Amino acid sequence: MIIDLPRFIDTERPTWIELEKILDRLEEGTGYVMSLEEVQRFHLLYQKVSADLARVATFASEPELRRYLESLTARAYGEIHETRRRGRRFRPIHWFVNEFPRAFRKRSGAFVLSVIITIVGMIFGGIATTFDDEAKAAILPQQFSHLLGDPAKRVAEEEKAKKDRLGGVHSTFAAELMANNIKVSIFTLGLGITFGFGTIIELFYNGVLLGMVVVDYVLAGQTMFMLGWLLPHGVIEIPAILVAGQGGLLLAKAIIGYGDRASFEERLRGIGKDLMALVCGFTVMLIWAGIVESFLSQYHEPFIHYWQKILLGVVEFSALIWFLYFRKLADPEEEAA
Amino acid sequence: MNPTLKIRTPEGIAFSFALAGPVVRCLAWIIDFLLVTTGATVINKFGQLAGLVSPDLAQAIMVISYFVASIGYGIVLEWSWRGQTVGKRLLRLRVMDAHGLRLQFHQVLLRNLLRFVDMLPALYLVGGLASFFNRRAQRLGDLAANTVVVYNPKPAEPDLDQLLAGKFNSLRQHPHLEARLRQRVSPDEARLALQALMRRDELDPSPRVALFSELAEHFKSLVAFPAESVEAMPDEQYVRNVVDILFRTRVAEAKPASNEMVGTIG
Repeated sequence: MIIDLPRFIDTERPTWIELEKILDRLEEGTGYVMSLEEVQRFHLLYQKVSADLARVATFASEPELRRYLESLTARAYGEIHETRRRGRRFRPIHWFVNEFPRAFRKRSGAFVLSVIITIVGMIFGGIATTFDDEAKAAILPQQFSHLLGDPAKRVAEEEKAKKDRLGGVHSTFAAELMANNIKVSIFTLGLGITFGFGTIIELFYNGVLLGMVVVDYVLAGQTMFMLGWLLPHGVIEIPAILVAGQGGLLLAKAIIGYGDRASFEERLRGIGKDLMALVCGFTVMLIWAGIVESFLSQYHEPFIHYWQKILLGVVEFSALIWFLYFRKLADPEEEAA
Repeated sequence: MNPTLKIRTPEGIAFSFALAGPVVRCLAWIIDFLLVTTGATVINKFGQLAGLVSPDLAQAIMVISYFVASIGYGIVLEWSWRGQTVGKRLLRLRVMDAHGLRLQFHQVLLRNLLRFVDMLPALYLVGGLASFFNRRAQRLGDLAANTVVVYNPKPAEPDLDQLLAGKFNSLRQHPHLEARLRQRVSPDEARLALQALMRRDELDPSPRVALFSELAEHFKSLVAFPAESVEAMPDEQYVRNVVDILFRTRVAEAKPASNEMVGTIG
């Protein structure tokens, strides 16, 4: 086929420009919705540009023109063949309030597994502390070195303290807790890509640490102190890490694909939005937990009664359960309208 | 040569993208890393000023700012710049959906969050190895998010005027054959002939004669020009005239339109 290039460009250029303008508008992300007539026109333009590309595809002397038409076709192809719902502007509040609990409920199996792995770790940690005096020193990382000593001694010191040891650094401490916990949670989720092994190890290890601390304080007769110390922030922080584990296990399931006939890419595509909702959820939870841990958890009797702190923990936990399991969510179809 | 991502539309149209290799991606990451570090230093300086009012609050803001910047930099820029960060933009890279579809926010988020895993144990070893062995050069974050990083090289425009100017081209006297030649020569053949001309001075005399003889024979087999137009024309001059037709004929007229259009797509 021989074509008269200048004439071809002159004739077809208005079509290309028109398609380009529509694409620019669609890609602006301003929520532009086409009418039926506009969609038909858009499709027609796409077909015309595709045909133009086919005409110049083997034409040696116009690589620029070919690249331009390829780019235009690729952009229009992305819009026309996209079957996923158009992403709206990122709305963190909507994602936390509606999409997070929805994803949590939809993928509750992975959460249950996450809980089970952590409980197994806790049992292991508890047994290790009970029967092996050296277990704490061997397993607890450096950052928890203050927990290596006798719990009763620590409680006595904390209760005798006259000075606020976090005085003047509460905000910094809270910020460091948030940043560290969010990083660890993202890591736990991301390790799902190792077929879940990394996520399982992280959850198990967290469980071991928790089990060791809990059993150590219970055996030392400091249960009230331990509950008052851990519950206010722990009832949010621990579930947040479990949610991260839920995400990691979900990712692992999609990668392994056992019993799922969808392709590897389809499986991953299917969990993308749920993972985003879970990330949004645990991030907000960990911000709250960081604030509570810095501004409240580190204070003990006589500054604040343990029962008050425990009560706060129970209230928080109840609210979390209501939020995640029972709160009525906005209908997804309604949201999309 | 880097692998390519080929997409064939249901309409039967095929187009392809060059996939970015680990080295160029690493360079883009270094640029981005330096930017984040510089940003953190600037925040730090402001934080020190704010510390005059409340050292605790200032320190907290600095910790959170650095954390948000280091994680949010890639997410925000790749989402708002349609798959590009500053480093990627400078090196002409772009993140795309692996099927050529619209890049979605959760894909951007996931590939950036999984960076933590790709960076293990140090210096992006896991991600680098993954992209090295993956046929689409995907690191683990790309695999999970179903994305690829493509490279849009800026075409190096040959200085055709210097190469071809001032020479009479007898083949141009036959416009219908000229058009047929342009139609029959493939893009790869055209590029090969152009490269041969541009690098002719690097060749030893004997291989140079052999190469242009082979090229001339090939082009003559595609379109036969009348004998009087090619009489006594050396092979190298014949190839030069063919390249002149392929790259300059009509282009001079068509160029303003196509240049403007390429400019609009950035």
